[in-house]
Amino acid sequence: MEETKFTPQTWPDRAEQATQEGKNKLVGIWIFICSDITLFASVFATYLSLRNKGPAGMEFSTQNLFELPLAFVMTMLLLTSSLTSVYAMYHMKNHNFKGVQLWMSITVLLGLGFLALEIYEFNHYVHIGFGYTQSAFSSAFFTLVGTHGLHVVIGLVWIVCLIVRNAKRGLNLYNAPKYYAASIFWHFIDVVWVFIFTVVYLMGVLG
Amino acid sequence: MMKGLKKWRLFSLLAVMTVFLSACGENYISTLKPAGAVGKQQLNLLIFSTSIMALVVVVVSVLYLLAFVKFRRKKQDENYIPKQVEGSHTLEVIWTVIPIILLLILSVPTLVTTYKLGDVAAMEHVDEDGNKTALTVNVTAKLYWWEFEYPEQGIVTAQELVVPTDEKVYFNLKAADVKHSFWIPSIGGKMDTNVENVNKFYLEFDEESQGLKDGVFYGKCAELCGPSHALMDFKVKTLDRDAFDTWVAAMQATEGQTASKDSTDLGEATFAANCLGCHAVSGAGASGAMGPNLTAFGDRNRVAGVLEHSKDSIETWVKNPESIKPGNLMTGAYGKLSDEEVSAVADYIMSLSVED
Amino acid sequence: MSSVAVSNKKGFGAVFWDYLTTVDHKKLGVMYLLAGTLFFAIAGFEALLMRIQLMVPNNDFVSAGLFNQLLTMHGTTMLFLAATPLLFGFMNAVVPLQIGARDVAFPFLNSLGFWLFFLGAVFLHLSFFLGGAPDAGWTSYASLSLYSPGHGIDFYVLGLQISGAGTLISGINFIVTIITMRAPGMTFMRMPLFTWTTLITSALIMFAFPPLTVGLFFMLVDRMFEANFFDHTMGGNTIIWEHLFWIFGHPEVYILVLPAFGLFSEIIPVFARKRLFGYSSMVFATILIGFLGFMVWAHHMFTTGLGPTANAIFAVATMAIAVPTGMKVFNWILTIWGGSIKVTVPMLWALGFIPSFVAGGVTGVMQATAPLDYQLHDSYFIVAHFHYVIVGGIVTAIFGSMHFYWPIMFNRALGEKLGVLTFWTFFIGFHLTFFLQHFLGLMGMPRRVFTYQANQGWDLFNFISSIGAILMAIGVILLVLNILISIKSKPLNCRDYWEDGRSLEWAIKTPVPFYNFKQTPLVRGFDPYWLEKHEGNKEGMTYAEPLSDIHMPNNSILPLIMSIGMFIAAFGALYHPDGVSWSIPVIIIGLGITVASMITRSVKDDLGFHVHVEEVIATEEQLYGKGGNK
Repeated sequence: MEETKFTPQTWPDRAEQATQEGKNKLVGIWIFICSDITLFASVFATYLSLRNKGPAGMEFSTQNLFELPLAFVMTMLLLTSSLTSVYAMYHMKNHNFKGVQLWMSITVLLGLGFLALEIYEFNHYVHIGFGYTQSAFSSAFFTLVGTHGLHVVIGLVWIVCLIVRNAKRGLNLYNAPKYYAASIFWHFIDVVWVFIFTVVYLMGVLG
Repeated sequence: MMKGLKKWRLFSLLAVMTVFLSACGENYISTLKPAGAVGKQQLNLLIFSTSIMALVVVVVSVLYLLAFVKFRRKKQDENYIPKQVEGSHTLEVIWTVIPIILLLILSVPTLVTTYKLGDVAAMEHVDEDGNKTALTVNVTAKLYWWEFEYPEQGIVTAQELVVPTDEKVYFNLKAADVKHSFWIPSIGGKMDTNVENVNKFYLEFDEESQGLKDGVFYGKCAELCGPSHALMDFKVKTLDRDAFDTWVAAMQATEGQTASKDSTDLGEATFAANCLGCHAVSGAGASGAMGPNLTAFGDRNRVAGVLEHSKDSIETWVKNPESIKPGNLMTGAYGKLSDEEVSAVADYIMSLSVED
Repeated sequence: MSSVAVSNKKGFGAVFWDYLTTVDHKKLGVMYLLAGTLFFAIAGFEALLMRIQLMVPNNDFVSAGLFNQLLTMHGTTMLFLAATPLLFGFMNAVVPLQIGARDVAFPFLNSLGFWLFFLGAVFLHLSFFLGGAPDAGWTSYASLSLYSPGHGIDFYVLGLQISGAGTLISGINFIVTIITMRAPGMTFMRMPLFTWTTLITSALIMFAFPPLTVGLFFMLVDRMFEANFFDHTMGGNTIIWEHLFWIFGHPEVYILVLPAFGLFSEIIPVFARKRLFGYSSMVFATILIGFLGFMVWAHHMFTTGLGPTANAIFAVATMAIAVPTGMKVFNWILTIWGGSIKVTVPMLWALGFIPSFVAGGVTGVMQATAPLDYQLHDSYFIVAHFHYVIVGGIVTAIFGSMHFYWPIMFNRALGEKLGVLTFWTFFIGFHLTFFLQHFLGLMGMPRRVFTYQANQGWDLFNFISSIGAILMAIGVILLVLNILISIKSKPLNCRDYWEDGRSLEWAIKTPVPFYNFKQTPLVRGFDPYWLEKHEGNKEGMTYAEPLSDIHMPNNSILPLIMSIGMFIAAFGALYHPDGVSWSIPVIIIGLGITVASMITRSVKDDLGFHVHVEEVIATEEQLYGKGGNK
């Protein structure tokens, strides 16, 4: 497959689907997300049934543990990063590679910010005695939120690899679907977080 | 030749079926010879569903054999190309609707019985004095043995469940270590004993166990629970209400009974020094013991659930429990006993009895 | 890599390297088949040991502990490591050919899926040599598996986690392949039924394996990292494991049985020389079974104490599955009806399948009757039931399809006479073994017992059952013998071995070239090869494109390295609870290897290579002589 140099004029309309490989990748990422949804559903269900369950006389509960302001800031960071990845895709449509790289980099920065806050939060819980092995509740909490955190890490590594790898090569039909798939994955992570925010934090503190 | 074989198979199948439906296991353990209302309802469901399903199997087999015999390729038809039929809506509707009807018919008794057998509301019913009207037994399954507590009567026993006939007996089921399942095949279906919650159900015992081969019904653990899962048997003695009340009174009368280290009887003294920590010899009390309550041991039917009820068996068991029930929790829980001590302990245990 | 000249003589090393790095679906199909056969033999041997132990009461042929290990490994291996890969073997070998594709959508992932599965399986089996195999049953209920000492359960958890990831990856791959890689004209409603069932099975894998992954993860951290999901004293709940396991476990049955249905739906029309009856209702029934398969998991938990309402709902939902399954059976019978039946070995297996599977199906409905299931659950009745479904439905499909597809996969045929003998030995042995077990269950015999006391009325039937198991073992040995003989036999070099092939895979001459189709076919209707054949098209295909360069993917060793990384990491996790100092570093090294290979993979350009027209022509002439595939 020879590398063709594209200009905004010759760049196809739906570049991410212009090749068979591209089509495969996009269908593939959607199928993968379907299966990931089942994964999260299972962890969510477990969390809901083990919430606040622990050894007799456990002092920790969702009410006295979680703080909404922090979770809210994290939510905002992640939601914004989703938006910036949309901008990147917008620039990809117009074959503006600089724009793609710039907005993807901003997405990464926001993601890192989210991750930093999550690490701070986890560290705080461990510090006050709510470690992974403290109770069924703590195991379920860290597993649910941590699984999401792991997805964030994977998403970040993925996007960073794309940015670094393609910096010199520019945008072409080979890597356009990769950017697109990474961006879909990033949105998915975002959506999962919305559920975590609602189910773990909002329902935990208010419900 | 193939045709002959098929027919032979069908015939032998029918023959085998007839034989089995007439001789269906031993009456103290077979679900096909129920001795309780619950088991009888379940047997009725078995017969009902088997008849429907046999109908299905017969229809399918006949159609299939007919098709097979009729449409085998013959030598002269080597190049014959059959008509390529796409399908038939009429037929498809027929074989969708008929199974649905059959299943609807089956689902009615299923639903009714499910709710009926799941109804344990009567457990909480009390008479004017605030006493429960129904007999409740708390069953605790432990690694390879069963503990039976009668909370209203204030007594506890193990390995041999004693119940009155002709009334509903309610059970609270729980496991102390890992999951087990409580099953008395000839009385009724099973229920799991979970570690984190109490399951409730009821059984009815319509027949006194006295006339049975061993004088008891057989009970089993039905959930894999470790190496000795296969040996986690218990027995069920059913008595008429009067005899049951007598038994309860006899058990209650053992309150405070214990073994003394200072006893002149070597068996009792050895027992008190080595065994009493886990095995109580008083029937009054609640569940939660480390080992089976031995108050009524002399009246029982087996040693350790599976061995013949004899002094020899006790000696074998006490000398090396691991060789009988691998993974049991008794091994190593007591000091080394001399042959003389073992023999004396066996005599002592055999002498424990509440029946005349 | 761009020039793949076909050379006849390759050294052993080169061939070995080729198989380690291959991304060719046909070779992976063969590898799945071989690995599956290996594990099938191991698990079968375990079953034989168990049946010998149960031949007479109070036997001491194997110890109680070993028996529990055998029963656990038999179930786990048969379902995860034998039936699944054997069916995957056929899916890999046949589905791309059936839809007119040159490979699967993600050849690299296809290879990764295989190696993950294989190394996970090897890891699990190492337990026999490293302190004892898992012993809590293939269901591994949480309270017992947390209680179980030693590393057996750890091997189960880690081994299945790895091989499960492989299965999930392969499942996703098949879905994408079937959605995007179909040849022009191959609409969904023209897809052969095996392709359809592969699609639905893969969809089931996609939804069913994540709950298993989650359950296994909980078990892993509970056992190895002191988490508390299942420890009720710390607020945990073992019933969660039961739910997660069966949300996976029930669809798993359909994951296995649907491809079996698909295989029979290929075999029966060929040997009845008649179009599959009610194709669209077959497709509909497949989808419906897949959907309902997720609605019924709690029927495995009728005695767990979920309450009468839950039991009632799941009882009725379970019965509903009988309807689409019944549709399928009647469609098969009506396919035979009016046909011209040729009784070959594959057809013999298909014919044996129908009554056996129906027998297994109806006992399933009986168990759906919740109050009756209180008696049948965890007794030998259920053992008989699921062996009727799995052996009667799935193993018959696998054995039949081995004969059926051997010509395409290996360019050899399996012996017909030996095949017939295998069938009768195995089939009679199977019924002898399992039919009586229904009655053992009804007579009060619980399952998973390492021995039983005499005089409970079970002695005779257990003895007969064990005799049957020996017959089954002889049957399997005959099959393996047949395979060995076929290696020595002459290559077929023909097209449409059974002479009545209908779908695209039969239109290709064997041996199938590595690019499958020199020109992508144009599919003009259902059963395209039958269609072309009967319109007098000698080539068997209409083409959608002129002869041109073919784009193919590169081989890669990375899938194997990634899987080895996981394998290493699993050892670290396994020994973590022992408090050894190297456990965490080993986990990090192992995962590091995997992640590094993933990054290498995504950073390196891998554009594949082109097979030029001249090379295509040369390959064809080399395979089929002058004139190529004409």
